[in-house]
Amino acid sequence: MVISLLKGIWWFIKGIGLLVASVFALLKGLRLTFSKFFSRPVTIRYPEHKREVAPRWRGIHYFERDEKGDTCCVACGLCVAICPSQCIRLVAVELDGGGRYPEQYEINTVRCIYCGMCAEACPVNAIKLGRNYEFVDYRREDLVLDKGRLLANAPKEG
Amino acid sequence: MELIYFLIENIVKVVMVFAVLMGVVAYLTLAERKILGRIQVRYGPNRVGPFGLFQPIADGIKAFFKEDVVPARADQTLFVIAPMISITAAISLFAVIPFGEYIDFLGRRISFTIANLDIGLLYVFAIASLGEYGVVLGGWSSYNKYGLMGALRAAAQMISYEIALALSVMGVLMISGTLNLVEIVQQQAGWHWNAFYHFQFFPFIFYIVCALAEINRTPFDMPEAEAELACGFNIEYSSMKFALFFMAEYAHLVAVCAIATTLFLGGWDGPFNLPPALSWIWFAAKTGILVYFFIWQRGTFPRLRYDQIMRFGWKFLLPLTLANIFGTGLYMVLTG
Repeated sequence: MVISLLKGIWWFIKGIGLLVASVFALLKGLRLTFSKFFSRPVTIRYPEHKREVAPRWRGIHYFERDEKGDTCCVACGLCVAICPSQCIRLVAVELDGGGRYPEQYEINTVRCIYCGMCAEACPVNAIKLGRNYEFVDYRREDLVLDKGRLLANAPKEG
Repeated sequence: MELIYFLIENIVKVVMVFAVLMGVVAYLTLAERKILGRIQVRYGPNRVGPFGLFQPIADGIKAFFKEDVVPARADQTLFVIAPMISITAAISLFAVIPFGEYIDFLGRRISFTIANLDIGLLYVFAIASLGEYGVVLGGWSSYNKYGLMGALRAAAQMISYEIALALSVMGVLMISGTLNLVEIVQQQAGWHWNAFYHFQFFPFIFYIVCALAEINRTPFDMPEAEAELACGFNIEYSSMKFALFFMAEYAHLVAVCAIATTLFLGGWDGPFNLPPALSWIWFAAKTGILVYFFIWQRGTFPRLRYDQIMRFGWKFLLPLTLANIFGTGLYMVLTG
């Protein structure tokens, strides 16, 4: 009798304790969200403000220009060989002077995985990955970069 | 002649309340998204107009021009009627709520209540439980397993919490001795707010919790539990029918906050006296704070499990609200 009464009282006290603890936990949660409500949003409002990309960011490709304003690519085919997704198409021609020149050079950016291996492999540092990540279009064909567009993608001097 | 004045007065009041309510509901959807966004350390909608202020208009236009789909095997009649029941019940609640004291206009004293019913509180509970039919019928008639489960949950949950909700305001009822909402507010004039003056603070908390369950808000949003039921009772609804459910939800939210203000927080009574024609400002401020709390807690608490909700309602809230009736009785006997 006495034991069951004591048990009941103990049960009651435990229940009250649990209740107070859980209400306290709820209030703690409310305090956290309230403080977050007044904190500054971390959103970068994209079209107006742009995120600074990392120094080693691998964006869209471009051709480095030589002093004549043309590509310094020697059409060695190393980038074609190393490209894991095989998205580079190169048609090389032999020049009269003995050098090689890329008659056609296309990067299919739909397939490209932006690994940067082409830039790693290039012996003359002709192809590089730039910092531009805003590259969208309506048709797949427009996402294939040819030589002219690769040259145009080069970052402006200075 | 008096009858015509009466008619004009009431029509103007109804149109005013309806217009203001619809505006509030529209901007409440924006406010909710904004506040939730801020709580989650982001901006919320800010593209349409300055600070996203035209977002509700864009949403309305979008909802209006969406394709209106009725499932082939749905119960066509009930499917169409369900959202109407929801919105009608939610808006009808505002008929008895005293927004302010009175205004003297063209030699007439016009009160800020549309219908000053002697059984105002009873009316509120009757209409509020009618609103459940919208949710239950909507889910049931749409011939969808998730809709049906949402409807079942809505029925069970709302009935459970309706009891605790009604019991939690019994203390106020005993103290004021009337069901007339205007008189209840008048008795609380001069800081004698029920929530603080007559030891009705805990019933106030119970009322808020039950109201959350009653309007299917987040810790208790079993009927539409996005994660488990994929929007539950309104899963098959599109276009304006969905918009009606959506508006009903927010109108109901404003309604329960307004009733909490009326019953527990002294209605139009404020820290200092405004002229009677402006007393609605206090009412709006208190309701606004409660609405903010409802949105704030939505950004804080996760959804409970179904059995937890049932256990909480029947084994915790119900005994405590009953104990409150006993305690209030004791208080009334002791203080006379």
